[in-house]
Amino acid sequence: MSASVTGRAARGPSRLQMREWLDGYLYAAPFILGFLFWIAYPMGYSIWLVLHDWDLLTPQRFVGLRNLERMIDDPSVPLALANTAFFALVGVPLHLAFAFLLAMALNVPLRGRSAFRTAFYLPAITPLVASAVLWSRIFHPEFGILNEFIGLFGVPAQKWLFQPELAKPALILMGFWSVGPQMVIFLAGLQNVSPTLLEAASIDGAGPLQRFRHITLAVMSPVILFNLIVGVIGSFQIFAVVLIMTDGGPQNATLMAVLYIYRNAFQFFKMGYAAALAWLLFLIIVAFTALQFWISRRWVYYEEAR
Amino acid sequence: MAAQARAASRATATHGPRVDTVLRAAAWYILVSALTVSFLIPTLWLVSSSFKASTEIFVHPIKWIPDRLLWENYVEAFRVQPLGRFALNTAIVVLFAVMGTALASAAVAFSFARLRWPGRDLFFSLLLASMMLPEVVTLVPKFILFKQLGWVGTFLPLTVPFWFGGTPFFVFLLRQFYRGLPYELDEAARIDGAGSFRILTQILIPLSKPALTTVVIFSILANYNDFLHPLIYLNRQENWTLAVGIRAFNDSYVARWELIFAAATSMLAPMAVLFFAAQRYFVQGIQLTGMGGR
Repeated sequence: MSASVTGRAARGPSRLQMREWLDGYLYAAPFILGFLFWIAYPMGYSIWLVLHDWDLLTPQRFVGLRNLERMIDDPSVPLALANTAFFALVGVPLHLAFAFLLAMALNVPLRGRSAFRTAFYLPAITPLVASAVLWSRIFHPEFGILNEFIGLFGVPAQKWLFQPELAKPALILMGFWSVGPQMVIFLAGLQNVSPTLLEAASIDGAGPLQRFRHITLAVMSPVILFNLIVGVIGSFQIFAVVLIMTDGGPQNATLMAVLYIYRNAFQFFKMGYAAALAWLLFLIIVAFTALQFWISRRWVYYEEAR
Repeated sequence: MAAQARAASRATATHGPRVDTVLRAAAWYILVSALTVSFLIPTLWLVSSSFKASTEIFVHPIKWIPDRLLWENYVEAFRVQPLGRFALNTAIVVLFAVMGTALASAAVAFSFARLRWPGRDLFFSLLLASMMLPEVVTLVPKFILFKQLGWVGTFLPLTVPFWFGGTPFFVFLLRQFYRGLPYELDEAARIDGAGSFRILTQILIPLSKPALTTVVIFSILANYNDFLHPLIYLNRQENWTLAVGIRAFNDSYVARWELIFAAATSMLAPMAVLFFAAQRYFVQGIQLTGMGGR
């Protein structure tokens, strides 16, 4: 009797185990199917698209690597990529530095800081379209409040979104307004900075700057890396704000990668070319992310014993 | 003399830090309050301008408080554009997308966290990989897929994918949460004859309410906010969502700032209510997701 039970266990899964396997597949089915439908199949299909010209109306035409050649010859491609990279390389670090400073300011044990935290977070809940509509008025050369504000300090009125050199900085300026979520993440991370450690360093003669650099920044470095990677991936995909506020202008100063992909796909109906551009952007995002992880080995500090 | 000086310096030494602390606290309050004001000004300007007469908007210096609260701006905004219809469409899309996200994420997370089956680790690494996958790479092929299915122009592309584990990030979040709950609960229930369905619905889901609420709130925000997908999939005005509708409003009534601002304020209001009603979950959720990256 017992021999046959162990024998069966050795031969294959028991009925109970089979039941668990079945349940496992059943409950994971939404993801498995979703992965096949919305990720695996579209990605494969999009490789096929790259090799074809298609306007969704006439039959597809095989063109080989022609779409890749077009990408090399297209002057809008480096322009859109440079504009997008400007946001990732200049905008994201500035926003994170600001979010970090806010978090440091709110990490002081003084009364009312949770009310301040709410106030700093609040703008981030503004729907993207609403804030694009609002900020395009804030930047308005004649009736916007930004010009009125800088006028108080004697700075002459600017054309902001209508001036090629100022359009990107203006959009980055707008981004400072919605750093609330990053601030909250930093604030949570700051709770891991042990006061005893700071005190010990202070007794050992470390000044405030040294303590900040060698303790606070070191402990926070994984959180900074997380915010940086999420922020850079997000900034590479900026779309709604530029479509609504500038439509890529003035003089293509805010022509962003996703906006250019959108135009090719849904305004020029060049499906193959749009797919090729999307792959290019995807590979750049992957390369950037990998690069950040690689560089992070030099500056991110993980506490051992965890 | 020397003793006196020492005593005096000791006095200032014990006194000094207190004055210093008070000064520092004062400086902190001034700085942080100034920042708070500058953070709130854009929203205040938006809301106050939505009640202004158009003549009050275009004056220098800024008029912060309108002479009379013109609720008519809202009536007018909802009249010249079918904002009520857009709001209803948004509510339908958000409802079905969020329901799908919550149910699918809970089920999939349960499978990854509490059941053992061959291939689980492989699929879990696929889940992690798809968390990092930028949306844009599947944008065009997915559009063609939905076009071939005849779904373009309906709410289906905006809702159905969420019923199929459409948001890997939330699956990951719930899976981490389930793993923190004691396994003895499942074992005891199984001994009592409960199946997976009962364990999930009667034990794990009730225990993971905070995490599930976070998923629901963040998913409401994401779908309410979404602009790109409604823009490409909803091609007739009568099924536009607020995000797409207000953008079109903005383009066609460029000079009527008070109407645009009333529309934008109407779009912001439900999110503000949600935020104040569930503030705890916002903060908690960000912390949970922030930790998720490590």
